[in-house]
Amino acid sequence: MNGKTSNPKAWLFVLPVVALVAFNALIPLMTVVNYSVQETFGDNVFFWEGVKWFEQVLHSDRFHASLGRQMTFTAIILAIEVPLGIAIALAMPRRGVWVSVCLVLMALPLLIPWNVVGAMWNIFALPDIGLLGRMINGLGIDYNFTQQPIAAWFTTILMDVWHWTSLVVLLCYAGLRSIPDAYYQAAKIDGASGWAVFRHIQLPKMKRVLTIAILLRFMDSFMIYTEPFVLTGGGPGNTTTFLSIDLVKIALGQFDLGPAAAMSLIYFLIVLLLCWVFYTLMMRGEQQ
Amino acid sequence: MTMAKVKWLAPTLYIVFLMLPIYWLLNMSFKTTNEILNTFSLWPNEFTTDNYVKIFTDPTWYNGYFNSLTYVIINTVISVTVALPAAYAFSRFRFLGDKHLFFWLLTNRMAPPAVFALPFFQLYSAVGLFDTPIAVALAHCLFNIPLAVWILEGFMSGVPKQLDETAYVDGYSFWRFFIRIFLPTIAAGIGVAMFFCFMFSWVELLLAKTLTSVAAKPIAATMTRTASTAGYELGLLAAAGTLTIVPGAFVIYFVRNYIAKGFALGRV
Repeated sequence: MNGKTSNPKAWLFVLPVVALVAFNALIPLMTVVNYSVQETFGDNVFFWEGVKWFEQVLHSDRFHASLGRQMTFTAIILAIEVPLGIAIALAMPRRGVWVSVCLVLMALPLLIPWNVVGAMWNIFALPDIGLLGRMINGLGIDYNFTQQPIAAWFTTILMDVWHWTSLVVLLCYAGLRSIPDAYYQAAKIDGASGWAVFRHIQLPKMKRVLTIAILLRFMDSFMIYTEPFVLTGGGPGNTTTFLSIDLVKIALGQFDLGPAAAMSLIYFLIVLLLCWVFYTLMMRGEQQ
Repeated sequence: MTMAKVKWLAPTLYIVFLMLPIYWLLNMSFKTTNEILNTFSLWPNEFTTDNYVKIFTDPTWYNGYFNSLTYVIINTVISVTVALPAAYAFSRFRFLGDKHLFFWLLTNRMAPPAVFALPFFQLYSAVGLFDTPIAVALAHCLFNIPLAVWILEGFMSGVPKQLDETAYVDGYSFWRFFIRIFLPTIAAGIGVAMFFCFMFSWVELLLAKTLTSVAAKPIAATMTRTASTAGYELGLLAAAGTLTIVPGAFVIYFVRNYIAKGFALGRV
């Protein structure tokens, strides 16, 4: 933030952005706030309810269960995707034609519409017609993700690892490429071990991109909806019903607008709070 | 020596893992639904292109692709156009509330679409845009504009301020400088920002589905409908799914050397 000139007219530059985003963000947000404090029995008749829905949501076991599943899911996929992404980025070729081939193939899952990802994994993992389902059952393990909660979790996590690990790989790879060859030569002359090179040269260079990778993976996995919804429909039972799936069930399925709106706001605030923490850490890292 | 051998193994295995489900989809798209359900085989025994023929000849199918591409392109153009001056302001100037505004923009990238699905439906119905590509294009601005601003700001901050100052000394007006000199300098950044807007608009379904019914239905939603009404026409579904991968694969090729820089929001 240094070397910038003060210029109040800069507001004119950001005005179109603010107008468009505000139209999309503030009006729906106010609608949600409006619902969250009222009760309706249809016909557009609303009654003031105060913080009743917030209390109800905060005390409901259903919300706690979805939140718990959501946090577990996010924690697991971060614990798998981040180290795996770093490892693959480290093993990638540094130059040559294979670099382009690797990058294009690895980026492919990122550009598939999310419901296609879910549908694709559904037919890939089905025990009767899917390759993965057949293979696992062929190993003698009883596997059916439409009926067994553990298999459903395993499949959902594997799908997310498949879908998003490349993001971490690409970012780490970009960070690694910014290291001049001279650093590696110096390390070689000093007789540094592979671990020392990683710890003192590669990891510090990846710090910034890794923070972004973790931030993006955190946000997106916390908001995940389409892929698990198409894959498992939140089941078997409620075992893979994450926050967004639960929210849509309440809002559009049961049309309980008040509780759904209150839950939306609580959900949004949790994401906001955690992202603010990440963002502050990231900006602090950038200033150093 | 052994180290070097093991080293290429990890990316190779990873890529094989990535390709397996895609191969399975491709494999199914060349089978009849009957064969998919009754025989398990690693490649199509009765190779057929009927599924693809059906998609390319049936308007309810191919219109889905047009609808998707329409709102994705409108969204990309709007997002990048408005993000350019804003990103310039963030990268060059200090102004009242700049840091808060930047964070507020980012919060919209963090807003779970599920939170906004119902209010969006009501908002766009109220302004009479429901079931038009414009509605989806505008709704996707919610997360694409912040992203474009973030990426472009990163690229612009990498351009030394001396460039701006030299241009003014040479007598360039601001807009002439901005369009003739500055934009070509960050052309790669603009390409990357467009790619990311394209990508996130292309893969999103929840809002796109909520804001359309018949006329502007995206391909991804066409797929879900067909799956539920016509039983499971798996072969057709697989072919439609395979075709949704094509535009992505096409654009990745052009930005392959910048894609990581884009994910790093221009900050590598």
